[in-house]
Amino acid sequence: MISISSVQRTAEELMAKAAIEIPDDYLAGLRKCADTEKGDLSAFVIKAMLENYDAAKEDRRAMCGDTGLPRWYVKIGNEARIEGGPVALEAALRRATARATTDVPLRPNRVHPLWRTDHNNNVGIGAPEIEYAFHPDADWIELTTVHKGGLFGSDYRMLFPGDGIDGIKRFYLDTLIGFGKRGLACQPAIVGVGLGGSKDTSMVLGKQASCLRVVGSRNPDPKIAALEEELKELGNSIGMGAMGFIGSSMVIDCHIEVGYCHTGGMPMSVHMFCLSSRRACARILADGRPQFRTDPMWFTDYMRRETVEWERPAAEAAE
Amino acid sequence: MAELNTVHLTLPAATDDLRKLQIGTVAYLSGRIFTAREGVYKRAIEDGAGMPAARDALGLANFHCSPAATVNADGSYTVGAVTATASFRFAQWLDGWFQLSGCNVIIGKGGMTSEVYRKSFVPNHAIYLTTVGYGTGALLGRGIKRVAGVYWLEELGLAQAVWVLDVDKFGPFLVESDLAGNSLFERENAKIAPGLAKLYAGTKPATLRRYGETDDKTEEVI
Repeated sequence: MISISSVQRTAEELMAKAAIEIPDDYLAGLRKCADTEKGDLSAFVIKAMLENYDAAKEDRRAMCGDTGLPRWYVKIGNEARIEGGPVALEAALRRATARATTDVPLRPNRVHPLWRTDHNNNVGIGAPEIEYAFHPDADWIELTTVHKGGLFGSDYRMLFPGDGIDGIKRFYLDTLIGFGKRGLACQPAIVGVGLGGSKDTSMVLGKQASCLRVVGSRNPDPKIAALEEELKELGNSIGMGAMGFIGSSMVIDCHIEVGYCHTGGMPMSVHMFCLSSRRACARILADGRPQFRTDPMWFTDYMRRETVEWERPAAEAAE
Repeated sequence: MAELNTVHLTLPAATDDLRKLQIGTVAYLSGRIFTAREGVYKRAIEDGAGMPAARDALGLANFHCSPAATVNADGSYTVGAVTATASFRFAQWLDGWFQLSGCNVIIGKGGMTSEVYRKSFVPNHAIYLTTVGYGTGALLGRGIKRVAGVYWLEELGLAQAVWVLDVDKFGPFLVESDLAGNSLFERENAKIAPGLAKLYAGTKPATLRRYGETDDKTEEVI
């Protein structure tokens, strides 16, 4: 039984880590950009950001003043038992979000869409979002918090099979160029592309592709992996760098996730996870001990399964 | 790589000092700034409330920002990181705002169009400084020496309130518009634009169009 106090304690620590510490994979990717960037303004921006990460860690203050929209991804092992059940789990995540808003501090970004009511704690109707997934043969739960900016750099479009790969490239370029000018997308970014699913699923997959996969990871489908590489290169050949200045630093990496969609369509979304790519993750073991890491490992073989029944991969079953 | 020209600006800024600034220059600020964004503009201008305090108390540099800040139990403030929010959304209030506030430095994210600079900034001898990144929230947080006051906290909430901040070597920022109304971002856009067509070569527009859609990649979304 995983105690609810360990859930809340871990969640609070994750909130601070996400806000303050840039993940190593993003940092390594940005350093590569710094090595190759030839635009002097874009290079200056990247250098300032690298200094900013150090200042954030030294001072234990948030790396960006817009601390985004905190949200949670929860993966629950099939054998996991949580004290108080899912209602207690959700309450703990809402408490951790509210407490971290005061303690870190974070910016209380969440308001009512019409009345602009601000509870000053990033909690409200539907906030923070909590998304769930499951994992077979496990008694742990995994918590990931993502604090993504909320205004620019994402878009959705219903494409059709006849639009093809060219259509995908066009919409990808449209999004990067439109939001790249003046650096509205806060690039260089981890670009996530959601392909397929229903309209809302397409948005969810793209967001998860940008926020829950680490720089350097590739989709297990080799053709999709090749498209990820191609789109990354395409984005970096626009001629645009950080803040929309001349340069080559647009895309730290590109991740594509797919879901089966209507036979007549090919919905697509594009999401850009910014210079403050805030994510932090921990597995909480059955005895309540947390194991912190920065790779959410959200997309598993189980998550991407195509068949009706789940069958364990042969290698795992043989163990 | 060329080192960028860097200046240190004392606030409130003299027009003569602003005249020397060229777009693309790195700037650090010392003196007094205050935050104001849509909530403040709406209240001050549309609702007719005017400014929450005298010009001396607020300073003449308006930061489009809400800090990651907390009001402590003893009434003191903790300011962590500060980063700008995108400024183009506030262009609609600017004419009234310059009259009311007397500001001559606007700090934010991403600038506004040169059309807005020429129409509203130039007659008021004002420049625009953009934050870098975005955003260097922790570096900017270090430059804040004191919270000199907070106004309209109850009326507008933490994020939209007016935070008056005394700063020292606060930055970095880039000069986005000069006193003539030139825009650094638009200069860069114009240099990048000629290379865009070849990226799309051989592809055709999406099957399903959208109202108002343009295929002119030199246009902006702001």
